[in-house]
Amino acid sequence: MEENQGVKLLGFWVSPYVLRVKWALKLKGIEYEYIEEDVFNKSPLLLKLNPVKGQVPVLVHDGKPIPESIVILEYIDEVWKHSPLLPQDPYERANSRFWAKFAAEKLQAYAWEALCSRGEDHERAIKASMEALEKMEKELNGKKFFGGDKIGFVDLVAGFISYQLPVYEEIVSMKILDSSKFPAITNWINNFLNHPLIKEELPPKHKMLAYFSNRRNVILVQNSSNK
Amino acid sequence: MDGEVILLDAYASMFGMRLRIALAEKGVKYEYREENLPKKSPFLFQMNPIHKKVPVLIHNGKPICESLIALQYIDEVWHDKNPLLPSDPYKRAQARLWADFVDQKVHTLGRKTWSAKGEEQEAAKKEFIEALKVLEGELGEKPYFGGEEFGYVDVALIPFYSWFHAYETCGNFKIGTQCPKFVAWTKRSMQRESVSKSLADPEKVYDFFLILKKHFGVE
Repeated sequence: MEENQGVKLLGFWVSPYVLRVKWALKLKGIEYEYIEEDVFNKSPLLLKLNPVKGQVPVLVHDGKPIPESIVILEYIDEVWKHSPLLPQDPYERANSRFWAKFAAEKLQAYAWEALCSRGEDHERAIKASMEALEKMEKELNGKKFFGGDKIGFVDLVAGFISYQLPVYEEIVSMKILDSSKFPAITNWINNFLNHPLIKEELPPKHKMLAYFSNRRNVILVQNSSNK
Repeated sequence: MDGEVILLDAYASMFGMRLRIALAEKGVKYEYREENLPKKSPFLFQMNPIHKKVPVLIHNGKPICESLIALQYIDEVWHDKNPLLPSDPYKRAQARLWADFVDQKVHTLGRKTWSAKGEEQEAAKKEFIEALKVLEGELGEKPYFGGEEFGYVDVALIPFYSWFHAYETCGNFKIGTQCPKFVAWTKRSMQRESVSKSLADPEKVYDFFLILKKHFGVE
């Protein structure tokens, strides 16, 4: 592979994992070529660059592919050291990694479950989502962003809360983002969505509503036929 | 100089073993505190209120949870001795990806080889071996996953070796015969004092595993 081939990003328009990476590249002012993939009809390029999972995002830098959004964020932060996403102090770094992992692995999973389930499973998932949000509310503790005054690593990973969770809520008529229960998170959502670089880079709401409604229906049918 | 370092752990925890190895590799003096799992102490709840799990690394009173996060912390604080992650960002990304693979595949599937039943268990055993073979492919001709040096992925993976006896006994299958390259790597890794002193005895792991099985109501 040749050096100096620049930066490419393979993505899918609605993927929150891809969006994290787009935001990071934007915050650092890194120019890149974006390649839209149809994840339901994967290209040979995607399968070649991510043979293990065949998923987006894949960042390609100087010909070298890196999958997995959080690994990509760490890579971007290490190669382009200006406008750091992670703090300098090792303990603060560990704390950021912890909350990013929590948002990605717990809250995101519960929210998805709340979208794609019915009955008891659905109620349980809503409860779990709110419990997870409560923990994040405490961590935010009056800060403007999880990263402090500026958007940081945790904000990028947890960013899906701001624009994707309200879409889920609308589709299934549920309430997770209760502003009376989560005043700090509510404030954070406003700050995040109004950030000049973030608000330019959000999927259109009407498209998300259609897409996630459809995904919910497909998954509900799949789950009932599996029982 | 190192400050006060406490490791809240459980003897048979493969995640705790990771941190024991890393601290030993770096020559860090620490106090080891054993949690009597499955019972959990108030101290553990205080140090890890979110997940309530071991291991927790406590440095100068501040807790760091999640073993791979704590591993990176140890590597960053005690960066002068035996670095675990490489310095090149692309190689670091590769190391992180493989460590995640260990957590997502080796751990999850390993657990299924004893917690699942029937067809699901058979499938898990097969996929577990396949995961080890993928790791063998990644190892290639290198002595360690870290290359010439014992590194991050080696530390993340080697503790699972202490659980193989439990997996094999419960799942009624043999791991070593199907993955000879993997076995060679485990032997090489066990020659390091940090590893041999940190890994739990497989028989003791099996005893603990039986308690765990009962606790989770798996017969």
